Amino acid sequence: MTAGAERALTRRGLWLSAVSLLLLVGIYVLAFAATPIERSQGFAQKIFYLHVPAAWCALLGFTVVGVVSLLYLWLKDPRLDLFAASAAEVGVIFSIVMLTSGPLWARPVWGTWWQWDARLTLTLLLFFLFLGYLSLRSAVHDPAERARFSAVVALLGLVLVPFVHLSVYLFRTIHPTPVVLKPSAPTLPGSMLTVLLLSLLVHTLLYAGLVLARYGIARTAAEARIDG
Amino acid sequence: MRSMADVWRVALLVAGKDLRAELKSKTALVSAVSFAAMVLMIFTFARDSTRLGPADLMPSALWITYAFAATTALHRAFALEKENGALDLLLLAPVAPEAIFFGKFAANLVVVLVVAAVTLPLAVLFFNVDVRGVIGPLVAVTLLATPGFVAVGTVIGAVSVRTRFAELMLPLLLLPFLLPPLIGGVQVTARLLADRPLSEVAGWLRLLAVYDVVFVTVCALLFPSVVEE
Repeated sequence: MTAGAERALTRRGLWLSAVSLLLLVGIYVLAFAATPIERSQGFAQKIFYLHVPAAWCALLGFTVVGVVSLLYLWLKDPRLDLFAASAAEVGVIFSIVMLTSGPLWARPVWGTWWQWDARLTLTLLLFFLFLGYLSLRSAVHDPAERARFSAVVALLGLVLVPFVHLSVYLFRTIHPTPVVLKPSAPTLPGSMLTVLLLSLLVHTLLYAGLVLARYGIARTAAEARIDG
Repeated sequence: MRSMADVWRVALLVAGKDLRAELKSKTALVSAVSFAAMVLMIFTFARDSTRLGPADLMPSALWITYAFAATTALHRAFALEKENGALDLLLLAPVAPEAIFFGKFAANLVVVLVVAAVTLPLAVLFFNVDVRGVIGPLVAVTLLATPGFVAVGTVIGAVSVRTRFAELMLPLLLLPFLLPPLIGGVQVTARLLADRPLSEVAGWLRLLAVYDVVFVTVCALLFPSVVEE
């Protein structure tokens, strides 16, 4: 691939991110104008349209890193490694959004900033795993070694997640029970559900845009290192 | 053609070599054991004596100390190999990398269990708890909580030793994996000391057992990717 093609990747990613950010503004107009005020949680519930999609993107990012790492160990294509690293970096950003928006909501609704509930603990753990993964990457010099080591650690992390969820669950849990993804039909009022689903879509686009842009930059940097 | 028997034979040889080297220098064992003793001593004083009796703190102090001391001991397995490029020579030998994994894992397991064998009696002594009647179950839960995280520690040890800041990277990457065994260990120990029936902790015991099986398997599968060139 020529240097121009990598730049084009970055450009496309940045465009997609910019469009998603604009759409995100639209989501918030909808969230304020078109959804009702929730009866028991009041205005604080509006953070739901940011928090849930951010959590979704963080989890998506983590899964993408795991799956792409597995593919890397199988195919040994350095591009897969760069893609996993980009997905992880963007995943960290969404983890931070999730971990800051959650307490802002929890303070008025639960009366506490933080609870050691199963899902909260799990997302904090995901954040630590992401940080460990990125620190490891910065501590290995050789690109092939870095790719193998970080892929192995990412896969171990993926296997760990259900265990931590289960152990904290055995401890006890108070997180709101699922209102959308559950065996019976969603219990969320129609307009709230529509805005949430739109927000999920826009956040996923934003995630994809940022990963694409980051991946383009990583490719450009890798090419420059080979040429130089 | 490498047969299963070959893998076990080589694994035993690697484990034997590691343990002999450890017995000669005793560096890892002595430092991990004295580290454990000191951390336990700190725990006895780092306790709010107006609210908590010594026995209330014992399960947490025991498991945190054990986990941290084990982590320091795990660094040993590959730090030793790094000197003089011994690991590269080991990998040049025509043996399956899985065999090297199981050898390293077995040696680590022995070292970490020796650390446990010292930490547990010291914790009983320092915190003055009555363990008559629950010694068997306490030993059993220690044996159940250890193999899974030692397996992860073996793989992450092989990774971290070849990074910058190896001593920092091992705990940073390994601590999340201590969470399930540590929580399980503390919960089971606390209930054993409170004379609760074993049925109350059946869920935890199952979780610990599954954790061991899953992580020993996954680590054996992933280890070759770490050491291959």
